[in-house]
Amino acid sequence: MTNPSENKKPMVLDEGLEKGAAKLTQDRIEKTIKQVLEGETGARFKAYVETCVHCGLCSDACHVYLSLDRDPKYSPAGKVKRTIGEIIKRNGKVDAQFIKEASVVASTECNLCKRCAMYCPFGIDTAYMMLIVRRICHKLGVTPLYIQDTAHSHAATMNQMWVKEDEWIDTLQWQEEDAREEIPNLRIPLDKVGADIMYSVIAPEPKFQPHLIYDMAIIMNTAGINWTMPSEPGWDNSDMAMFTGDNELCARLKKEHFDLAARLKVKKIVMGECGHAFRSVYDVGNRMLGWRMHPFNTIHAIEFYYDLLKTGKIKIREKYKKSVTLHDPCNVSRGRGLHDKARWVINQICEDFTEMYPNREHNYCCNAGGGVVNCGPPYKIKRVTSNRVKAEQVAKTGAEILITPCHNCHSGMDDILAYYNIEMHTKFICEIINEVMVKPEEA
Amino acid sequence: MNNFNTLYNLVTGPLVWLTFLVFIGGSVYKIRQLFSLVNNKEKFIYSYMSLKFSLRSLAHWVVPFATVNWRKHPVMTVMTFLFHFCLVLMPLFLTAHVTIIHEAWGIRWVTLPDGIADTMTMIVIAGALFFLIRRFTLREVRYLSVASDYVLVAIVAAPFVTGFLAYHHILNYQLMLILHILSGEIMLMAIPFTRFSHMLYAIFTRTYIGSEFGSVRHARDW
Amino acid sequence: MADSANWDWGTGEKLISDLDEWKSSFNWVEEPYVSPDGEQIASIVNVDEAEFNVCVNGEVWREDIYDKAWHLRYTPDGRLTALVNENDEWTVAVDGESWENTFDYAWNPIFSKDGGTIAVSFQKDGEYGMARNDAPWEELFANLNCPELSPDGTKTAATVQIEDLGSADIFKFQDGVFTAADDGTPWDSKFVNVWWKSFNHDGSKLAAEIRLNLYDYTIAVNGEPWAKTFASVWKPIFRPGTDSVVAPVKAAGKWTIAEDGNIIWDKGFVQLWQQMFSPDGKKIAAIVAPSFGRWTVAVDGIAWSATIGDMITEMVFSPDSSKVAAIALEDEKWTLIVNGSLWQDTYDMAYQPVFSPDSQMVAAKVEKNKKFTFAINGKTWNQKFDYVWDPVFSPDGKNILARTVEDGKYYRRVIPVNEMIG
Ligand code: SF4
Ligand code: SF4
Repeated sequence: MTNPSENKKPMVLDEGLEKGAAKLTQDRIEKTIKQVLEGETGARFKAYVETCVHCGLCSDACHVYLSLDRDPKYSPAGKVKRTIGEIIKRNGKVDAQFIKEASVVASTECNLCKRCAMYCPFGIDTAYMMLIVRRICHKLGVTPLYIQDTAHSHAATMNQMWVKEDEWIDTLQWQEEDAREEIPNLRIPLDKVGADIMYSVIAPEPKFQPHLIYDMAIIMNTAGINWTMPSEPGWDNSDMAMFTGDNELCARLKKEHFDLAARLKVKKIVMGECGHAFRSVYDVGNRMLGWRMHPFNTIHAIEFYYDLLKTGKIKIREKYKKSVTLHDPCNVSRGRGLHDKARWVINQICEDFTEMYPNREHNYCCNAGGGVVNCGPPYKIKRVTSNRVKAEQVAKTGAEILITPCHNCHSGMDDILAYYNIEMHTKFICEIINEVMVKPEEA
Repeated sequence: MNNFNTLYNLVTGPLVWLTFLVFIGGSVYKIRQLFSLVNNKEKFIYSYMSLKFSLRSLAHWVVPFATVNWRKHPVMTVMTFLFHFCLVLMPLFLTAHVTIIHEAWGIRWVTLPDGIADTMTMIVIAGALFFLIRRFTLREVRYLSVASDYVLVAIVAAPFVTGFLAYHHILNYQLMLILHILSGEIMLMAIPFTRFSHMLYAIFTRTYIGSEFGSVRHARDW
Repeated sequence: MADSANWDWGTGEKLISDLDEWKSSFNWVEEPYVSPDGEQIASIVNVDEAEFNVCVNGEVWREDIYDKAWHLRYTPDGRLTALVNENDEWTVAVDGESWENTFDYAWNPIFSKDGGTIAVSFQKDGEYGMARNDAPWEELFANLNCPELSPDGTKTAATVQIEDLGSADIFKFQDGVFTAADDGTPWDSKFVNVWWKSFNHDGSKLAAEIRLNLYDYTIAVNGEPWAKTFASVWKPIFRPGTDSVVAPVKAAGKWTIAEDGNIIWDKGFVQLWQQMFSPDGKKIAAIVAPSFGRWTVAVDGIAWSATIGDMITEMVFSPDSSKVAAIALEDEKWTLIVNGSLWQDTYDMAYQPVFSPDSQMVAAKVEKNKKFTFAINGKTWNQKFDYVWDPVFSPDGKNILARTVEDGKYYRRVIPVNEMIG
């Protein structure tokens, strides 16, 4: 690993913020802040604001703070101070410039990873506070351009990447056809009412990584699972609206997803290797719709692989040889406690596994999560430089392969590996399983 | 002398009542306010609260070095626990305090030997000093600190400093005694209305996050 | 819906086809579908590499094969349809006959209530539209979502994109580039978003959920938004026989029902959706969450007292409008709920309840431990099958048409209800 010298902060110009802020009036700012703080927040907000004793103990939790030479501005409480703190101090009378800056803080300097909630003695949830800031910024129309565009895609197409309805189905059929080269009678059953499992993915899979759908099709067929994939919108389980503070849209997206599962009469939703999508279905969107938990048994791919391996539905021909390490995605480790199952799966399929530290619930976020990577190119350098600790942590393992069962983590880690010149490649678990498992009729 | 008496009568008479009224009334008000917010706006919180995971979380955070972050900051951890321990227990079990209560209401409970109480007082003072120095010297803490944080350190230290001086008859005893009582009253009255309210809210924020981590996230929160 | 009076209601059993035999004739046989009258069973079958056909009662649909075929479904009037691909062209095949029009892609067939109309979404040369009974829209669009067919089958509609949208042009998006196309003709107005929609009885009015900007939601009827806006809305429906539109709306943090923009239920809920009129048009039922995490049905604003934890769906009114039935989920177990009473038996899956013509009985297909049967009026039939399709009551309500698979064979049986619940 080399340490790049150009650590200076680049000028960020984000049209979404600039033009959005230019349209603001003082009246709108004050009314909106009042509406959100008085109308939408409650006990949590009040307790967090009043309980924080400014002790700074949360600082060490945050990879951004740790990576930016422990600049206190970037500590969790520091970020609250620069946003909510100022708003309260100035009694909501902040200007457009402030809103723009607050949007940058909340949307690009915090991944909503909740690591700090495990470090604050009071359990103050800074991620929640940052979401309130994002909510205010959303209501004021001052959200970073690229993630806003993603939210627009969600709104228009119910998927994250402007994938048109025919493109989605076509991709599934194309992957099915390709996979038949390996397993001749393989199927990706579309809209199969009454299947046991509905498999859902995020839109970047059909758009950029269709081979992951291929891998899953091979796994499903080998394991003899009664499964289906939906042809209709709602197939995409991702959710950037959850991260822009557009809660109404977030609810709408999850409604489409759950409605689809209900129409297909499945008993379980298995979600691909994505962390934020899991969070939105498992923990966020369901609440926005009035569900305490997900209405259907909803599991992340890690748990699915775990079950398949445990029950012997898939068997390993020969373990993967290269040395591997694991980056725990926040949303499935700290968000769902799947870290031990992930390790079990990896040890089943890989010969040489090395831990990175800290890990499990205490992992450092990849710095792509929480919508930060979706804020796009203007923030890329900042995103990698503000996660130096991750680079150091990963480099120390000396592994050849970095496994991480999350799309955002992949994007984030790929950028980090490239920027810090770390010789390591990222992989999803399904890619390795597909390489090492016993297949029914090997071509 | 007369002035001292008037003052003494004031701080040990009506002000005591006022203090308890403000402290208890204020605390009840603050907690009720929090619950009314939950009831009106975040009722869903109840459905996630879990006794088991609340206790699991509390159990880790009330034990020194039982959490990763306590272990990361050993000096801070030792000082935090000692400070809060002495801050709460010493005044409750100080012979002088218990005697006053016994004289007033006829109830009494065990008391601390004076020597130990004296040491505990010094610990609180040292703790306050430590927090103050930490605020000045640690970059991440200084950045967060606002004027009221320093004032609060002073408010919490004052009754202990004056009590210590009075006990050891340093400076004017009577003055110190009055200042001691007065500053103690100020501290109590400040609890519901300043950051001291973490004394009231900590249990709720902690058990809530503990429940979320335990029953929904299936993860540790320490 | 085909008139079930003409079906064979003579009680007894017919072995329609031996499905295991099919399996030996083809590479693979996909999941079967049966006709409403139960006389046919059909599957997409793979004949050879990239060669597909449809097998009906053991006979293939036609000589030629398809390069691809999917989405096999019977229309309510008993015609068998599939989406098929030949020579890289997609179209709809009905009883083995392909439509004349072909497309670069065709998907999401929807049927009118009587089954007489089939509509699909299609893409041709990168442009999007809908086709109804083999007649494509004349004007095509840059994208298309949320298609709808009028109940009488005379009209189609979908959300369409009517202006170019450059990549990441969030400002143009917020000016509005979408509208609804009513039978291919876009509304005059543009919106930030247009989602699910409904036609009135004769297809002359089209109502849709819209978003005017990023924050204000409302319903537009023939392109004209309601005067009031809401924090969110769900799919609107028309009051039967009228041009009034009824939709779930979120106002002051609670969900309720609005008609033509005015709130008509005085009660608010944590959630409310899938509102539905009774057949006589007098009552409105909706699925609601009276408190966080609890679900039930509300009729005319009054929620049933029984609630359930995870989900209520597949709601139906009885023909005489006096009863509402739905399926209910809690802890991965489904049951039925009829007029506020939960049935005792629980299942791994339950399907949409079916009322008898006289509204006295309600039955549903249910699954438990990978075996299927029917539940009728709170009782589970003691016969179990490898698979069943939804029960159908005879017009006199005395018998049930049971379409079942046992040991790889498909049977059509007409069974007296008394026998099933006796
Ligand atoms: S990035 Fe994670 S640790 Fe840092 S402030 Fe945000 S939620 Fe806390
Ligand atoms: S959030 Fe918690 S840890 Fe951070 S400064 Fe406030 S009280 Fe201390």
